Amino acid sequence: MIDAILDPWRDPVTLRAIVEVSLIGVAGGVLGCWIVFYGLAYGAESLSHGLFPGLVLAALLGLPLLLGAAAGLLVAALAVALAARVPVLDRDTPVAIVVTSLFGLGVLLALSAKTPPGLQGLLFGDVLGLTDADVLIAAVLVVALLAALAVLHPRLLAVAFDRESARNLGIAPFAADAAVLVALAVALLVAVQGLGNLLVVALLVGPAATARLLARRMAAMMVLGAAIGMAGGIAGLYASYHLDTAAGASIAAAMVLAYAGVAAATTLRSDGLARRAPLG
Amino acid sequence: MRGPGDPGSPLVAAQGLAAGDGGAPVISGTTFAVAPGDRVALLGPNGGGKTTLFRAILGELSPSAGDLRVEGSVATVAQTDRSRLDFPVTALDVALMGALSRLPWWRWPGRDDRRRALEALDTVGLGEQAGAPFGELSGGQRQRVLIARALVQDSGLLLLDEPYSGLDATSAERLTMLLDRLSERGHGLMIATHDLDQARDWDLVLCLNRRQIAFGPPAVALTRATIEATYGAALVDLPAESEGLHARAILPPHHHDHP
Repeated sequence: MIDAILDPWRDPVTLRAIVEVSLIGVAGGVLGCWIVFYGLAYGAESLSHGLFPGLVLAALLGLPLLLGAAAGLLVAALAVALAARVPVLDRDTPVAIVVTSLFGLGVLLALSAKTPPGLQGLLFGDVLGLTDADVLIAAVLVVALLAALAVLHPRLLAVAFDRESARNLGIAPFAADAAVLVALAVALLVAVQGLGNLLVVALLVGPAATARLLARRMAAMMVLGAAIGMAGGIAGLYASYHLDTAAGASIAAAMVLAYAGVAAATTLRSDGLARRAPLG
Repeated sequence: MRGPGDPGSPLVAAQGLAAGDGGAPVISGTTFAVAPGDRVALLGPNGGGKTTLFRAILGELSPSAGDLRVEGSVATVAQTDRSRLDFPVTALDVALMGALSRLPWWRWPGRDDRRRALEALDTVGLGEQAGAPFGELSGGQRQRVLIARALVQDSGLLLLDEPYSGLDATSAERLTMLLDRLSERGHGLMIATHDLDQARDWDLVLCLNRRQIAFGPPAVALTRATIEATYGAALVDLPAESEGLHARAILPPHHHDHP
């Protein structure tokens, strides 16, 4: 039993993965709170899928994945911003088209004969294939991200609470939006290598959505989100280690299970309270 | 909390002011002044230019004609139904946001700001509820939290956007008492409202329907003619009490039935 718990920590590959998912879990849990309240969950999903061609091109050219992700992110962000200006009924439709196009382009490139094997790693992440340098870069980016979010916290809070009045408080809502988007881009860069293109959103939205069900203040929600993100990440790795399941998918599954469990528990509890409350 | 400047100099003064969003001005010909301690009812139909006037005073719109002078900073109290109720903040968190207007963008509110936020909550009668989640307060309490936030901003002039809408009689009465207290402390208050009876109790009324209809003490400015000009032909006498000015006015589309 003890060995079952300690074994993953003795294996350097898994240990690196534990450090990496902890970093991503904490960053995702904290930033996720802003993503939820700034209504950016769909944007996070779009960007993470849209940057796929960048990842594949980097793999094709033998460049660092982080570089490919950054370039892909830039292109995706520009394309999404342009698409959102197309005058149609809603802004989701053109964004969806752009994102699927980019994603399709990435798949097309990935299936070409010259691509080295490892499409799966790009799509679902390769958290067990990270080097020390990968983890170190992730750590630096996560620390910078958290520091920036800490400094901006009071303003982000005021804008998320009431955009219209924020201007009267001397805060430009546009600047707050931009800050959250940049933070999202940095978090995607960090997370996409470990969790892959398709699963990264699980860590950026899941823990915060779960924490929202429990917390009554923003700071508490962030601490909870970070804890859930980290715990879910490590739980997923354990599952992967012992059950031999795919790491990224196990982590995403842990997030979904955490949300479902907490949502069920809070619903049952509030139902119970409602039933006990006197009528009228 | 301190009262603003010397009593004589106005907090805001407009001279033939016209303003709007780009195209044709939404309001024109507005000439008025609000001094410290003045409670000014801002009357007018929806779309009559109340919001435009507020935005001009806040500096969000620049005058297309005339002159507008604003002394010191201005704080707004938005309608509470615009703020989200599922947001994880306490009453104190919201009041503390007022301090941000006085701080550079990288600075957090400090201990002193916290003390002032608690004082402001005390002033609005919510000292006990400082730790309560904003979304769990009643409509009237939320309105007063937003007033506390405006007080923490330390502005002489407060612009209140229909603060009475949606309040029950008790909350409305409490709000009126609070506004009286703020006026005694030297705050200038501009209060957008649809309630004529309420407006009669304040120092000044400003009637606006795309242009200024009247400005002055209610006894002078609120005549039957100005009320009808302000609201179009919407003034209706109730048969039971058709004694001229004191008849209840029914003003679609916003009809508030105050006792």
